[in-house]
Amino acid sequence: MQGSSVNPSQGELNYSATATPAADHHSEHPDLRLFGFIVFLVSESMLFLGLFVAYFAFRVVTPLWPPAGTPELELILPGINTIILLSSSFVIHRADTAIKEKGDVKAARGWFLVTMAMGATFLVGQVYEYQHLGFGLTTNLFASTFLCADGFPWSSCICGAPVDVRCVMAISPTRSLFPNQSFWH
Amino acid sequence: MTQAPALHSEVEVTPWREYFSFSTDHKVIGIQYLVTSFVFYLIGGVLAELVRTELATPQSDFVPRETYNELFTMHATIMIFLWIIPSLTGGFGNFLVPLMIGARDMAFPKLNAIAFWLIPPTGLLLLLSFFVGPASAGWTSYPPLSLITNKAGEAIWIAGVILLGTSSIMAGLNFLVTILKMRIPSMSLNQMPLFCWAMMATSALQLIATPVLTGAMVLLGFDLLVGTAFFNPTGGGDPIVYQHMFWFYSHPAVYIMILPAFGLISEILPVHARKPIFGYQAIAYSSIAISFLGLIVWAHHMFTSGTPDWLRMFFMIATMVIAVPTGIKVFSWVATVWGGKLNLCSAMLFGMAFVSMFVIGGLSGVMVASVPFDIHVHDTYFVVAHLHYVLFGGSVFGIYAGLYHWFPKMTGRMLNEFWGKVHFVLTFVGFNLCFLPMHVLGLQGMNRRIAEYDPKFATLNMVCTIGSYILAVSTLPFLINAIWSWLGGPQASANPWRGLTLEWTTPSPPPVENFEVEPVLLIGPYDYGRPEALVMTSAANPSLMGKPNSKAETVQPLPSREAEDKEGG
Repeated sequence: MQGSSVNPSQGELNYSATATPAADHHSEHPDLRLFGFIVFLVSESMLFLGLFVAYFAFRVVTPLWPPAGTPELELILPGINTIILLSSSFVIHRADTAIKEKGDVKAARGWFLVTMAMGATFLVGQVYEYQHLGFGLTTNLFASTFLCADGFPWSSCICGAPVDVRCVMAISPTRSLFPNQSFWH
Repeated sequence: MTQAPALHSEVEVTPWREYFSFSTDHKVIGIQYLVTSFVFYLIGGVLAELVRTELATPQSDFVPRETYNELFTMHATIMIFLWIIPSLTGGFGNFLVPLMIGARDMAFPKLNAIAFWLIPPTGLLLLLSFFVGPASAGWTSYPPLSLITNKAGEAIWIAGVILLGTSSIMAGLNFLVTILKMRIPSMSLNQMPLFCWAMMATSALQLIATPVLTGAMVLLGFDLLVGTAFFNPTGGGDPIVYQHMFWFYSHPAVYIMILPAFGLISEILPVHARKPIFGYQAIAYSSIAISFLGLIVWAHHMFTSGTPDWLRMFFMIATMVIAVPTGIKVFSWVATVWGGKLNLCSAMLFGMAFVSMFVIGGLSGVMVASVPFDIHVHDTYFVVAHLHYVLFGGSVFGIYAGLYHWFPKMTGRMLNEFWGKVHFVLTFVGFNLCFLPMHVLGLQGMNRRIAEYDPKFATLNMVCTIGSYILAVSTLPFLINAIWSWLGGPQASANPWRGLTLEWTTPSPPPVENFEVEPVLLIGPYDYGRPEALVMTSAANPSLMGKPNSKAETVQPLPSREAEDKEGG
């Protein structure tokens, strides 16, 4: 071991104090919030996955699905709604690109607001749809699982809304929209 | 023994008020976890003693039958969610992980504090449910039974499990990010102490499996309170789906409860055997393998739930495969201790008892993994014996080993060794007396979760009950020793056990933000017996000189890039 000596009579560790002071090294550790957020998203998606798998499990084990007497689901409005929601993913990506590649705060804020408007349209559509479903949470197994598997993910969007509003205010060329974008997807 | 030269002129002692505050210091949070969970251990222990007192005689004569159901339900819930999981992951994980990887704190200190402060109120909430009649459908809370017994208590239980699960997810997230991103630059994953590997595997399980339990609890809560019929067969629901969702979490939960203990033992054995750990990489990667396999074996809890044959076959084989990485660990520990210069202190005694008791629990685990055998012993005392050999003989012995080993680092005081050994003997004897006869009882057909039993089981049950009383008494020497030593025990040096992991390079107890200077890795975490291990001297260049188990000749300055290129060319 170059530059060091071994003294067997002294059976203790002796870490040198000549190394870089801790303050220099530690105070600026990279921002880990983004990585932490991605880990959180993985975990959160397991909740949704669990609910979806439960829906499919019920579907497999129930002889008649949906059970007799369940009103038919309307498909046109939810279809449009889904298209709006899915396309909003591209819009928020544009917001992120605007800030990342051009540093254009104005455009980013604009695209971000468009995304939120599309999200809001989706939510309004959902509320309208739920009011006209013809079944409630306790009608039958199909109704319960449908509403839970469908309702949880979009209610998490509502929880995210205040954070999104806060982010629009805070958009700056140095801030990445990546966390918002990943949550949105 | 020579005193280590302290890096600080005087050791800072955390004021006691700090432990009752919303502190963001990982060491304070770690001790908060350990003390809180130990209090719940004592409460859960009292419930267990009440259960054993009822079972001392074949008749139901000590508590009403409903109360008996409440007692064993709350005993299991408290021991799993409020003792073993928080003490191993929250307690030891918080205290040790940042110190072992040379970090100043966890990645998200506030999240860490929130995760801890969810626990005391939730525990209190669960205890308060005794006033309205607590959950009494077993800790598995299978519907439809859980939907028709003690509704208020069941609702509180569901809320409690969701809150404790949330706390566990927060902790898992924090550990994963901390271990992956906050190591000192000179420490690669393969130079990490094995406890950190175990915590990484544990965190992955917490993050992936716990949300599914939350989902199950939400649906169960809807069934209970709103009147849906997810799991209620009378409304067209399917209780088996609950069992799948529940065990998708609760089997990995077993690994959440044992992997950190594996990690603790991998740290303790080499230190007190004065030998390098045998098979560093095998132990490290087997933790990851256990974590992965643990996610695909859940239905072995459901062999008698009408699970189709082909599925039972898959889950039986997958479960047995877990014995391979677990066996690798056990052989590595035995090889580590073999021929070592053993220091039979309390930590080492508990550590070696851990290995032997866990082997018994592990082997009976392979037995119940086998479908034909399991069909006979399902819901008998054989399973109760098996799970206590894993969770008490494994996890709790691991926690005790860890407490004896790191108490000097946590408090700056040494524990009394004599009373430590008294504690060990009482625990070891009481534990085996209590749980070994249960194997026989189970094979003879005694059902679990029932207050009355055939009088032919009376003698062995009396032995179990006496064993459980010895176990209860065994906590007293530990408690008194811990409190007494914390208040006025002999001062601990920075490195009383002469360990090589980084937590021993900072004073006991470590100062706020852990290290005055960023630690420099000079030697692998288990390179005992080498002359270089005796002294760590200064190096201007923070580079690692040696790997786990590396041979002495590799201890030289790392070759420069050009030199390597020349050799290669």
